[in-house]
Amino acid sequence: MGMPETTASLENAGEPWNEEALIRRIRQGEHELFYELIRPYERRVYAATLAILRNEADAEDAAQEAVLKAFKHIRQFRAEARFSTWLIQIAVNEARMRRRKQQAVVMEPMVDPQDEEGQYTPRDFADWREIPSETLERAEVRQKLAEALNSLGQKYREVFILRDMQQLSIEDTAKALGISVPSVKTRLLRARLMLRDLLAPGLGGNWSKALSFAKGNKPW
Amino acid sequence: MVMQCAEVWREISNYLDDQVDPGLRAAMEEHVRGCKHCTAVLIGTRNVVQLYGDERMLEVPLGFSQRLHRRLEEGMPRRRGNALGWMMALGFAALLLLSFEVGNSSQAFGPPGLRSEMARSGIHIPADLVVVAVGDGRIFHVPGCKFIHDKDKLQTMTAGEALRAGYAPCVRCLKKYLSERKSIGPMEAESARLEQDPD
Repeated sequence: MGMPETTASLENAGEPWNEEALIRRIRQGEHELFYELIRPYERRVYAATLAILRNEADAEDAAQEAVLKAFKHIRQFRAEARFSTWLIQIAVNEARMRRRKQQAVVMEPMVDPQDEEGQYTPRDFADWREIPSETLERAEVRQKLAEALNSLGQKYREVFILRDMQQLSIEDTAKALGISVPSVKTRLLRARLMLRDLLAPGLGGNWSKALSFAKGNKPW
Repeated sequence: MVMQCAEVWREISNYLDDQVDPGLRAAMEEHVRGCKHCTAVLIGTRNVVQLYGDERMLEVPLGFSQRLHRRLEEGMPRRRGNALGWMMALGFAALLLLSFEVGNSSQAFGPPGLRSEMARSGIHIPADLVVVAVGDGRIFHVPGCKFIHDKDKLQTMTAGEALRAGYAPCVRCLKKYLSERKSIGPMEAESARLEQDPD
């Protein structure tokens, strides 16, 4: 796998201020500092591999391999890039490579009724209540959400997880996945709408009967 | 600007990401106010973004971080040595040198080298204590020790002679004289002999 080269700027306020110094010291031989460098991104790396492989054990193994590759190729990391994006790119590549190997046996449960370029028509569910985050304390709700996410096609799932679950910017998501910004936007829209269609009946009805949502609370 | 439902749906994601200009935003909100379907789509989509954005939605497996670090540790090249490592190595070398010097200073009674890895140096063993050593063995014993295995090849000698010949004291029958990492010295030997046999 070739190491990706990124050219993002270091404009993210959340970026550890001493990341550049850490990388320099790791390159000079203080290898144990690599643990500090990757610690904030472990979760993102796992999320990226899980988005593609959809299997916890495979995702963990791919995440480990990706981090190890990042360590071995730390000299290829360019200073003007954002380390987190570079790391996620490696994780995505590692997971995609593994997925290709599994392709013969993996059945893709695509929920992709229309072409990416075409118009997606959201289903007409009358319920429009807002769902409080407390709903997530219920394991069955989390399970339903996970199942809905897993039912999306890979290209939508990847974008959605990196952008909406890992909070990467649109630009970083595009870099991590090696696609254009407009493609990220199109896939993100489609993923969100598809998930809404998959979840609205449950979140608006059966799963949330016991909860007292504020009905009709329009945000504008 | 008057918008159609399809136009609203196309921009809903950008709207939620705050990536629409103020004019478009106002037009969308104007449309949504009067359209039940688009209201449902917008709120449902916002629900999706908020719920999946919650960190509870992604549970990293228990022990993930530890396993990751272990894998990294295995994959990292072995260090040739850092400052602490060098300091420890120097300290260890100094200890070795010191013990070598101490060993030389008590060469008269100290063993030239124990023949058994299991054996320990003796201390307070009376130098003139009569002991038996197994001829081609490594250990010397008090006569009659039940741990003498090859009784046909016994040599009788003093403890001092046995130690000088490189025999190690039996850790059972001579247990009371033993202590780790110490060698018998002439003063100690005499003192021990007097303690045991004042006449």
